[in-house]
Amino acid sequence: MSTKAHSKQEVRYLNPPAAEKQKKKYCRFKKIGIKYIDYKDAGFLIKFVNEQGKLLPRRLTGTSLKYQRKVGQAIKRARHLSLLPYVGDMLK
Amino acid sequence: MLKHYETVFILTPVLSQDQLAEAVDKFKKILTGNGSRIVFENNWGLRKLAYPIQKKNTGFYYLIEFMGDGSIISKLETEFKRDERIMRYLTVALDKHAVAYNERKRKQADLKKQQEAETTVNE
Repeated sequence: MSTKAHSKQEVRYLNPPAAEKQKKKYCRFKKIGIKYIDYKDAGFLIKFVNEQGKLLPRRLTGTSLKYQRKVGQAIKRARHLSLLPYVGDMLK
Repeated sequence: MLKHYETVFILTPVLSQDQLAEAVDKFKKILTGNGSRIVFENNWGLRKLAYPIQKKNTGFYYLIEFMGDGSIISKLETEFKRDERIMRYLTVALDKHAVAYNERKRKQADLKKQQEAETTVNE
């Protein structure tokens, strides 16, 4: 049994490769102190949408749940007012 | 209790200037007529739409921020539905953070206008 555990630790790096050493994600809204996400500001909302116009998940943007819901609602309103496309291509 | 609301609506681009102004006045009258106070209004003018609405690719955007009680909203929205010049509308209730955000935005806009006025003056 111990050999298996032992072999796991064999792989040891002098310094962990950059890919694994994830920089700590933070919620930009809490950090800057933004309280209201404006649905009319398409330039800002585009940062939370991928090329196809779909909403980016929290694990990529790192936003907290409270603000992710606000972002989601703002983007849906912007789409309703056709400030953002429902299905875009090469939005960035 | 007076709550803050904000409505944005898109008018068909086919309208001439005075038809556009007349349509906007009609909705402003509905609001002021029913005892609500218009806090701020903003004409975004002709803008390209992200996707075609009613086979059109551009539209006149108009924003009105007003204070009033809730009963106005249903009247306003029935008028929006009835008027065929309106392609799309969205009415949103504003919480205190939203109201503070809008005020801050207006202050910045006025500040910028003053700076532009000053720069053009002393040029």
